[in-house]
Amino acid sequence: MAIEVKIPTILRTYTADAKVVTGEGASLSALIDDLEASYPGLKDRLIDDGDLRRFVNVYVNDEDVRFIGGLEAELSDGDEVVVLPAVAGGC
Amino acid sequence: MLTIDQATYDAIIAHAKRDHPDEACGIVAGPEGSDRPERLVEMVNAAGSPTFYEFDSTELLALYKQMWANDEEPVVVYHSHTATEAYPSRTDIGLASEPGAHYVLVSTREHGNNEGPVEFRSYRIVDGEVTEEEVTVVPELAPVESS
Repeated sequence: MAIEVKIPTILRTYTADAKVVTGEGASLSALIDDLEASYPGLKDRLIDDGDLRRFVNVYVNDEDVRFIGGLEAELSDGDEVVVLPAVAGGC
Repeated sequence: MLTIDQATYDAIIAHAKRDHPDEACGIVAGPEGSDRPERLVEMVNAAGSPTFYEFDSTELLALYKQMWANDEEPVVVYHSHTATEAYPSRTDIGLASEPGAHYVLVSTREHGNNEGPVEFRSYRIVDGEVTEEEVTVVPELAPVESS
């Protein structure tokens, strides 16, 4: 079961500069654990205290995972996952 | 150094003035690796706040997909400060996630929605390190040299 994951510039230090990596998992959480095995350190940039980091957006087939179950969002073969850091700030 | 054309420079300032007292935000995309800010994209501040800005997550994805399709990247990421100077805040620095981009800060604290000069400054923000850079405004970006 292969799922393509698009990696943003800022996290490519973990993927040897790869823009797209492939992983497996029936849920987003399982996918992230699978990616962590190949790209150590990535998980910590996505998850904090058991939840998706507030300023990291993850999309499954163009849907923000926050609306489809967060880390428990179900995945199937051929799904496309995109990781994008929020563009945000404040004075 | 950031080199930006007058029309884009003026449009960023106009956006900041229009959205004052809320923070305005957006990007200027350009061809990957070119360092040319060519295509201004004004974004909605989903936070709708005078002290915070955030691109809406769905619009953010649409924006990046469009840039990927065009082989573009965000050359400039801009936002305004409406009551403080045009310098990246601790939050701005902590959340800066485009190490290749010029982070432009505009401050509307002096004239708000009205006419009048504004601070327009540019920075690199890499690994929490802020480096201010010169801004050069040109009538038009130099033509791309063909090879």
